[in-house]
Amino acid sequence: MTEKPTLHIPQPTARPGEEPDFSYIDLSEAGAVERPPVSAKTRDTEFLAQGMVRVLDDDNEAKGPWAPGLNADTLLRALEAMMLTRAYDDRMLRIQRQGKISFYIQALGEEAVSIGAGLAYEPGDMLFPSYRNQGLYLLRGLDLVDMMCQCLSNTRDMCKGRQMPIFYHSREKRLFSISGNLTTQYPQAVGWAMAAAIKGEKDIAASWIGDGSTAEADFHHAMTFAAVYNAPVVLNVVNNQWAISSFQGFAGGERRSFASRGPGYGIPGIRVDGNDLLAVYAVTKWAAERARSGGGPSLIEHVTYRGGAHSTSDDPTRYRPKDEWKSFPLGDPIVRLSRHLERLGRWSPEQHEALEVKLKERVALAWKEAITHGTMSEPPFLDPRLMFEDVFAEMPEHLKKQRDKLLRLQEDAS
Amino acid sequence: MSQMSMIQAIRSAHDVMMEKDPSVVALGQDIGYFGGVFRCTEGLQKKYGEHRVIDAPIAEGGIIGTAIGMGVNGLRPVAEIQFADYIYPGFDQVASELSRLRYRSGGEFFAPVTIRTPCGGGIRGGQTHSQSPEGIFTHISGVKTVMVSNPYDAKGLLIAAIESDDPVVFFEPKRIYNGPFDGDPDKPSVSWAAHPKGEVPDGYYTLPLDKAEVVREGSDLTVITYGTIVHVAQAAAEKAGIDAEIIDVRTLMPLDVDTLSASVSKTGRCLVAHEATRFCGYGAELVATVQRECFWHLEAPIARVTGWDTPYPHAFEWQYFPVQQRLIAGMRKVLEAG
Repeated sequence: MTEKPTLHIPQPTARPGEEPDFSYIDLSEAGAVERPPVSAKTRDTEFLAQGMVRVLDDDNEAKGPWAPGLNADTLLRALEAMMLTRAYDDRMLRIQRQGKISFYIQALGEEAVSIGAGLAYEPGDMLFPSYRNQGLYLLRGLDLVDMMCQCLSNTRDMCKGRQMPIFYHSREKRLFSISGNLTTQYPQAVGWAMAAAIKGEKDIAASWIGDGSTAEADFHHAMTFAAVYNAPVVLNVVNNQWAISSFQGFAGGERRSFASRGPGYGIPGIRVDGNDLLAVYAVTKWAAERARSGGGPSLIEHVTYRGGAHSTSDDPTRYRPKDEWKSFPLGDPIVRLSRHLERLGRWSPEQHEALEVKLKERVALAWKEAITHGTMSEPPFLDPRLMFEDVFAEMPEHLKKQRDKLLRLQEDAS
Repeated sequence: MSQMSMIQAIRSAHDVMMEKDPSVVALGQDIGYFGGVFRCTEGLQKKYGEHRVIDAPIAEGGIIGTAIGMGVNGLRPVAEIQFADYIYPGFDQVASELSRLRYRSGGEFFAPVTIRTPCGGGIRGGQTHSQSPEGIFTHISGVKTVMVSNPYDAKGLLIAAIESDDPVVFFEPKRIYNGPFDGDPDKPSVSWAAHPKGEVPDGYYTLPLDKAEVVREGSDLTVITYGTIVHVAQAAAEKAGIDAEIIDVRTLMPLDVDTLSASVSKTGRCLVAHEATRFCGYGAELVATVQRECFWHLEAPIARVTGWDTPYPHAFEWQYFPVQQRLIAGMRKVLEAG
């Protein structure tokens, strides 16, 4: 205690030039955390918010009650989806650096969060992703060319040139339109889930935000509504330690886990090793089954690390140790699953390397096709009339006039 | 005097005021250790400490709400909202609280809060990093609203805003942070170094929070504008050989009606231009004001050139933005009418 109250300013454990220090992350042994039944009372699940559900141990063997028993083919599919995410990110990042797209956000190091969770949902479940969940789009089979064309704002762009890169959507595949405004999708996901329950449907909703975004009021709105109405929804907090330059302490992560905010609302909170695909899948499946069978919402905190910059507009070497990721105790999700499959006798370093080459080629081929639909600087260009469409279902007179005026001006100019 | 970019001028305004007045504090996302995503507060936390340059959670309502509390408790907070497009979760704190606190408490409470926020397009920011919501704030009674167009004004007006006992929403067009912009995205960027308003005093000075500036004198017509379009309008007038008198409004609320009406009474013709959408935009107030003040001097209907009434589209940025061609067409229309 001090004589007078003093203001606490959260400090990350290491800054540039200092030794990375992740001692603040409480770890549980793989297999150590109990798995309550899906129908457990919320008060009997509270321990899940404190420990960390982990399946893969240090030798990449699956351990304990959460081991999901997925067959090797499914695991290979998951590995390929994670590797595709990384190959896609890698290519798009380089393309942004060449100036061909205006912006990019990669998911480096967080691939298991999207792929592990995505595998646990049914095709009819509606997903409300954040901007680092490209894995969900890839896993649900969105065409690479379509994703690239979105980033290019070209003639095949699903957003018709209206959005910055990475703000994908797919109504058909039940992937909501990504917003740049943080946490807005959280109460929307709850509302979607409430509607499904009102209509008597089995579909559930899920949403993802980052640790920093839990500070937004929309987080609390979503939790309150989800709890009050027992909405069939799975709410995910991807705790990747950093919100641009603000480490997770600036969202209150120093005091208790983000998962522990669940029990405060009467919602199970589960803290999981976000770089362990088996664990992410297992807890998501638990929460999804619980929601689908009338057990209501869950909050899952995925403990992971943002391996790259926040976005191409960010330079993390200014605020965190350059090689911090290497010291992150939960490792690289792709390496861990790959080694697990090796252990099962279903994978080898040679096969891994060959798949990397194959995916790189697949992405390169998709890029070649994507640019045939135009880039920001090379034709074909989008029709500027598209700017005035979809503001309303039917275009009001004043917008028609503005559109015609622009077209006249463009004719005059040419 | 030093050559400064708008970023450096804004940083200098913080620095001068934090040095001069220990009650001045800054808060916002990424502004402390990192120095802000646009670097406007770089080095200030190192100099003034973590209790005066405060990194904040991602919660615009929290940032503005706590800034109000700090202001009520004797501090002069400068709150940064990282993009104007993200100010809306804090809007209730501005519209219902900050703007009315003095009024509702019979003058007993007030909060001298300055809210700084980068606005406007031209950086490929799409609909979530390009908005110009100034008209929403000028519509609230009880907050002053500023939009700056150059480093010299930015520093002088920001210091005045910090010293003001009224709340001020301070818009910084991000496209011109590092240099003036004439509206042609294909030209290489220029820095503020060659611009007379890039010359900024190192120390303390203020500019009045209720004065527009005539940035180009002329006799053919008056162009009333602010922010990035000040530069585009000047380039457009030069290109078209139109002798336009161009006014930078600078302080949108309170509005310097005298400078506007003196100019339009002289030229008899008026074009209003801004980057924000047209319908119920700030330009509508300018048109109504000029019409009221100068009706018997007007020789032609007042015209407007603005962003279209759509969200700000990523791919059509330069069709949306009021480029020189659109301003020239607007000026010609006003010149040829009547």
